[in-house]
Amino acid sequence: MKSNGINVQNLVKKFSSITAVDDLSFTVNAGELFGLLGPNGAGKTTTINILIGLLKPTSGKAVVGGYDVLKDARHLRSIIGVCPQEPAYYTYLTGQENVELFGNLHHMPKNILKNRAQDLIEKIGLGEDAKRKAGDYSGGMIRRISLVMALINDPDIAFLDEPTVAMDPQSRRAVWQFIRDLKTQGKTVILTTHYIEEAEALCDRVGIIDNGKLIALNTPKALLAEHNVENLEEVFIKITGRKIREEV
Amino acid sequence: MKIQTLSALTKKELKKNIRIPGYLFLTLIFPLILTLAFGLAFGSFGTGETTYSIGVVDLDNSDWSDWFKTNLSDSEVMSISSYDDIGTAVSDLQQGRVDAVVIIPTNFGQSCDSFWADPITPSSWYNATVDLYVDEGSLIVSNAIPPLIQQIIMQTLYGEDFSNTPQPIQLGTAEKVDAEHFTQFDFMAPGMFAFAAIFTTMIIAESFTEERATGLLNRIQVTPTTPSEIITSTIFANTLLAIVQVSIIFIMAGIMGFTPKTEFLGFFIAFVLVLLLVICNIGFGLITATIVNSPGAATGVSFIFILPQMFLGTFVPISEDLGRLVPSFYVTDALTSLFLRGAPALSETILIDVLVVSIFCLIVTIIGIILFTRFGKD
Repeated sequence: MKSNGINVQNLVKKFSSITAVDDLSFTVNAGELFGLLGPNGAGKTTTINILIGLLKPTSGKAVVGGYDVLKDARHLRSIIGVCPQEPAYYTYLTGQENVELFGNLHHMPKNILKNRAQDLIEKIGLGEDAKRKAGDYSGGMIRRISLVMALINDPDIAFLDEPTVAMDPQSRRAVWQFIRDLKTQGKTVILTTHYIEEAEALCDRVGIIDNGKLIALNTPKALLAEHNVENLEEVFIKITGRKIREEV
Repeated sequence: MKIQTLSALTKKELKKNIRIPGYLFLTLIFPLILTLAFGLAFGSFGTGETTYSIGVVDLDNSDWSDWFKTNLSDSEVMSISSYDDIGTAVSDLQQGRVDAVVIIPTNFGQSCDSFWADPITPSSWYNATVDLYVDEGSLIVSNAIPPLIQQIIMQTLYGEDFSNTPQPIQLGTAEKVDAEHFTQFDFMAPGMFAFAAIFTTMIIAESFTEERATGLLNRIQVTPTTPSEIITSTIFANTLLAIVQVSIIFIMAGIMGFTPKTEFLGFFIAFVLVLLLVICNIGFGLITATIVNSPGAATGVSFIFILPQMFLGTFVPISEDLGRLVPSFYVTDALTSLFLRGAPALSETILIDVLVVSIFCLIVTIIGIILFTRFGKD
């Protein structure tokens, strides 16, 4: 049965002796913007890869949009949009061609695809560069076009894996606005990030994950109140004794 | 399979081959340069004549030896250079300045005179031996020159009509197969069609490995696209490119003087054979992409499949028995029969070659798809 929520129950993923995801359970409501916050290597991307059907869990169950990720991956793929952590794009295609290619892979009608591609590209601030080869784009432009590629099919559920990492402030603001618009459209969004301010600014609820375990889950305000701290970084420090982003 | 998906992925593949200089070179420019280079080196822009450079050392200086040299010069396939001593002539042969050296012995004239003095009593003849040195590095020269020299010796001894001299064994009247004007390039041209197609292995291996390494394959996998759509679109795109490749080689080979002795059906069979070979090499490319993890490694490892096909199955005459182990051999064999021997397009030889290439194609492609979808796409 189709719904736009996500239900994760006792999810475990092991790579040889390493447990990347350790008995993870949470629910994301339809239309919710849910943040998975944690340091690098916490298990955020592994969790996302299980939820989008790229990785098989060692044990546990995940249902996305009413579809079991193991049993009904084919239907699942028709309702999701995925923005990977490392932007994957064709360097020899233009920005617009990259976007339209993924629209075609989602079987979008030609006229709707053309209009939506132009709208989204304009909205993310790449209107003037749409006809340039993506291989010539800056890092920020690549991340922005990658986000548009993920959302071209107007997905019910969007998985955004560190969409603003290493982005310049201007690009980050454009992407934040883009993500806020998704919420106003009633989309369910899972956003992984290790930026505290991003999680605080965008997310309805935040799950804090460390060493594959969910160590806290609530609205940002409730988490701050519960731990009597100023920001989510301090929540993480209070629970683990470490910073989310270690100094280099 | 959705037409929209196949069309989008096929267009993407075609754009890659046109917009990335390395791929453009391998798919379209390489066959053009290959045909041009070999045509210039081994053809002669349609004149169809091959000329061998022969060094002659005349130790006899008799009327007979002059007559022998005149006959050598009159031959349309040899150009003669005279040498005063054997050492210089052999040195030039070693340095590749001449293809062969002929030594006319001191008793050459005496031997000819003794023959004509008593043609029916061999015991009365003075025997003489014309020594011949040929370039061992050239299979064509070492095979072609000795019978030509033998023929000219006979012509010198018996005169122009030596073939009419009564002999107990006669060569029958030759059936005209119109093969007298073949150049070395003509023999190479059929192999070139296969030669260009086998580099598909490298293109596919690099392409899939790169898409996997950059996360593009994963990204496509989270759309409704199926693995069979990805591979089918790759076959479509490379089939279209193969048609362009074959057309380029046909046109360039034609400019270089190559005239295939076949008609429409023969050309159609030739296209089918090359397409089958391209699909077979897509299979090899998928196998390569399964076992390597970077585009650079894919380039190197793809030569495991390219080199045997190149050396055993195109225009490099190494071993026919070993050649039967690679699909390109059957393509070259069929194209040689069609284009040079004028074999009917539906003759048994051609059909057997098509069958064998089809079996190779089926087996290799299925193995490639199974291996890549099970172990190679992540």
